[in-house]
Amino acid sequence: MMTSLDLYTLMPEVALSIFALVALMFGAFFGKDRVAGPVLWLSVIALLAAAVAIGWGVRADSQAFFGMFIDDAFARFAKVTILLSAAAVLAMSAAYLTRHGLMRFELPVLVVLAVIGMMVMVSAGDLLTLYMGLELQSMALYVVAAMRRESARSSEAGLKYFVLGSLSSGMLLYGASLVYGYAGTTNLAAVMQAITTDRLSVGLLFGLVFLLVGLAFKVSAVPFHMWTPDVYEGSPTPVTAFFATAPKVAAMAMIARLMWGAFGGVPGEWTQVIAVMAVLSMFLGSIAGIGQRDIKRLMAYSSIAHVGFALIGLAAGTVFGVQSTLIYMAVYAVMNVGTFAFILSMERNGRPVTAIDDLNLLARAEPLKALAMTVLLFSLTGVPPMLGFFAKFGVLKAAVDVQMGWLSVLGVIASVIGAYYYLRIVYYMYFGTQRDTPVESRMGGAQWLALMGSAAAMIIGAFTLFGTEAAAERAALSLVGENSVVIPDPVAVATAPVD
Amino acid sequence: MTTYPLLSIITFLPIVAALILALFLRGEDEGAARNAKWLAVVATVATFAVSCVVLAGFDPQNTAFQFVEDQPWIMGLRYKLGVDGISILFVMLTTFLMPLVILSTWEMTDRAKDYMIAFLVLEGLMIGVFVALDLVLFYLFFEAGLIPMFLIIGIWGGKDRIYAAFKFFLYTFLGSVFMLIAMIVMYRMAGTTDIPTLLGFDFPSDPFTIFGWSLAGGTQMLLFLAFFASFAVKMPMWPVHTWLPDAHVQAPTAASVLLAAVLLKMGGYGFLRFSLPMFPEASAIAQGPIFWLSAIAIVYTSLVALAQSDMKKLIAYSSVAHMGFVTLGTFAASEQGVQGAIFQMLSHGFISGALFLLVGVIYDRMHTREIDAYGGLVNRMPIYALIFLFFTMANVGLPGTSGFVGEFLTLMAAFRVNTWVAFVATSGVILSAAYALWLYRRVTLGQLVRAGLRSITEMTPRERWIFVPLIAMTILLGVYPRAVTDITGPSVAALLNDYHASLPAADAATQVAAAPADGH
Repeated sequence: MMTSLDLYTLMPEVALSIFALVALMFGAFFGKDRVAGPVLWLSVIALLAAAVAIGWGVRADSQAFFGMFIDDAFARFAKVTILLSAAAVLAMSAAYLTRHGLMRFELPVLVVLAVIGMMVMVSAGDLLTLYMGLELQSMALYVVAAMRRESARSSEAGLKYFVLGSLSSGMLLYGASLVYGYAGTTNLAAVMQAITTDRLSVGLLFGLVFLLVGLAFKVSAVPFHMWTPDVYEGSPTPVTAFFATAPKVAAMAMIARLMWGAFGGVPGEWTQVIAVMAVLSMFLGSIAGIGQRDIKRLMAYSSIAHVGFALIGLAAGTVFGVQSTLIYMAVYAVMNVGTFAFILSMERNGRPVTAIDDLNLLARAEPLKALAMTVLLFSLTGVPPMLGFFAKFGVLKAAVDVQMGWLSVLGVIASVIGAYYYLRIVYYMYFGTQRDTPVESRMGGAQWLALMGSAAAMIIGAFTLFGTEAAAERAALSLVGENSVVIPDPVAVATAPVD
Repeated sequence: MTTYPLLSIITFLPIVAALILALFLRGEDEGAARNAKWLAVVATVATFAVSCVVLAGFDPQNTAFQFVEDQPWIMGLRYKLGVDGISILFVMLTTFLMPLVILSTWEMTDRAKDYMIAFLVLEGLMIGVFVALDLVLFYLFFEAGLIPMFLIIGIWGGKDRIYAAFKFFLYTFLGSVFMLIAMIVMYRMAGTTDIPTLLGFDFPSDPFTIFGWSLAGGTQMLLFLAFFASFAVKMPMWPVHTWLPDAHVQAPTAASVLLAAVLLKMGGYGFLRFSLPMFPEASAIAQGPIFWLSAIAIVYTSLVALAQSDMKKLIAYSSVAHMGFVTLGTFAASEQGVQGAIFQMLSHGFISGALFLLVGVIYDRMHTREIDAYGGLVNRMPIYALIFLFFTMANVGLPGTSGFVGEFLTLMAAFRVNTWVAFVATSGVILSAAYALWLYRRVTLGQLVRAGLRSITEMTPRERWIFVPLIAMTILLGVYPRAVTDITGPSVAALLNDYHASLPAADAATQVAAAPADGH
């Protein structure tokens, strides 16, 4: 029984879907790739418009289709982050696509479709909605990964992503069916009500674990990360930039939604699993990145490490933990948009290059861009006063607040190890010695804006956080609500202060 | 009293100047470089002038924080600045040295604009460390200073600059991240990151057991160790000092000066601001080991200094030895000791800064720091030899120079706590005379036999004038130490009052234990 109110809740998704279909028809009937440019820019505008429509003002939470689709502050926060980063990536890819003959009208359409999938994912109130959104996203991403048809590596990346992605989707589906079998429902809120004891039955526990495994693939958390470096390296750079931002935010939000929405009553059952994945991801991402020579591959390991950090917030199992994860992912998306804006502009003799030592002495040729890049790299490292530090500070605090100090200690050790490879890029840019022709950095306006804007945000954000703090808190509260774990009063733990 | 945010002004004035340089000054030509240097000089002198206003308005008798600025910040933190008797002189040291450092680089041509930007940013961050009154704000300044220093060493450093820059960054970064965790734990326990509040907060010190080991001092000890990891590396204390000689040798002269004169003091300042007052029980327990580490540092690094063939490395090791006196004085936790530690840090700021500048003077001419490459400089550079002699003597701790006061006070304080440590440490004074005088003899005295030195030129007026303020300060503090102790005195006394007041339990325990033996 569908009502107009249901559709109203779904309006941004519906509008974007209509846009995607119309754009597809338009492209197919009117000259295909000749209209790719306009389609791309129209997609950017559509994504931005959707972000504004969703993010503008404070709305009451609502549900549609009997709770299968939830529109709450949490979903809105994630959607705005996803939409903005997708729009930024599309806009800054335009120049690259044109120059390297990849400007096809399918790309922006597929990106918009993937974004719709992500929006459904983060709004899912039911395992089926969740799976539907996930598959819509994944299908679109499989195709764009293999977009450079003539390149064997791109095809390999697409195929690898497809096979492993299908496997993870299968696991997720298996987990969902187990949950359905043992809880008798696929609705997240109903699953939550079905769990009456403070321990899960074995069947539900299995379901939970399979769901987590499937989702861990999507965020590329260790030990389910193997596809990431190859796919990042093989895909065309604009696609890599997209992979590194919006889908990660969406998958992370989905983990939070699923764990809190369905298993929020028993956080003890899943926080440990997430904590272990967080530790493994941080260390693997930090250590394996050291030997990399390709900057896209390096960014793959960097994203694994960052996902590990973001998972710390979820592992804490508190409102503040969710809030800090959301802030972390938003900051992470901004940092990656800026970094990839730069990587997109790297070329030599008109051909794109991605080797790290191609950056040799960039600071002499392009001082301002090198400076912006340095700011972003130090932010990725987590050195204050860059915004990346405050993101890390948030998740570390979330862990300490629930007596998981060990997780924070391991986290900071991993971040010191990871610091090495970010510094190595700075080293090439500033300290290198002249060997061959330095890399050129040809930037379109959008790339320049994305790079400088995100670098400036890393500094200015230290003063204000741009209001994301309050928004993330509202989001976390709307997700966790009264199910939040009561943290023991800190003053009661410590001795009372002397006056 | 004015209501201008003076501390914010001195913290951000250099950073704003750096921003202006980065954004508005175009070109790589000589004119741009000259403009950059002039702007840097103006900015640093203006910063010094404003900091003088702060000093003039500072009331030493008031032990509370003064010139406090307090604004809400993000994530429940506060942007809070303020100075007390302990921190104000470090601010002055920084602002006083910066114009001299900038002047010492007047002749440099390799990307002079970027060089100035890095130094101006570094100055702002260093001042921020000393005036921050919020834990995370302190950490922010403390860590952010690594970035400009990393770039300075890496871009303008010597032959092995890459290795030195990475070692410097990763070593100090690893030391500090544990402090960050400790800060978060303190935030959780006390519910605030406000330093004045935390100074009065009593962190639990009941011993607890980890893996079967009983940890004396409990939570407080863990927090203390986390802070200690950071400050000991920064200071640097033996055996985590190994980054310092590398960084010093590879860094350009101006960076060496700041590294020795100000950056190392952040460790000592941290001990005084955090370790001692916030974790008194843990400090008392750790006193013995730290005393021995300091004594070893003094003797061992002095011996190592004797064996060096590189001038900068020798002075770097001498810095580690002198910092040993600082930890000795700090953890003696007596008025003499803490006053001596502060005094030693300030005095070392002037003396080691001057020594590195002196090395820079001849390095600019000969492009080598090998001691063997010199000899008999007095024949060609009498004024240089005179200034070098003065600072060599000050480094040795000759009475009448500031070097003497700090060493004497800290050794006195240590003697009252542990005679053996004081005995060992005092032998370091003799060793310091040995390596410093030997260095002086090898570089300046004797016959001028090396052919390359025949045409070496005397110091230029600019170079001479840079040393005048340094000499003046070294003598002033040497003959009139009250210039420092009057300002630090009340704050130090208040700190130690709190420190000893929070130790009654431990003191009582030792008294009970000692009572039967004493026969009371």
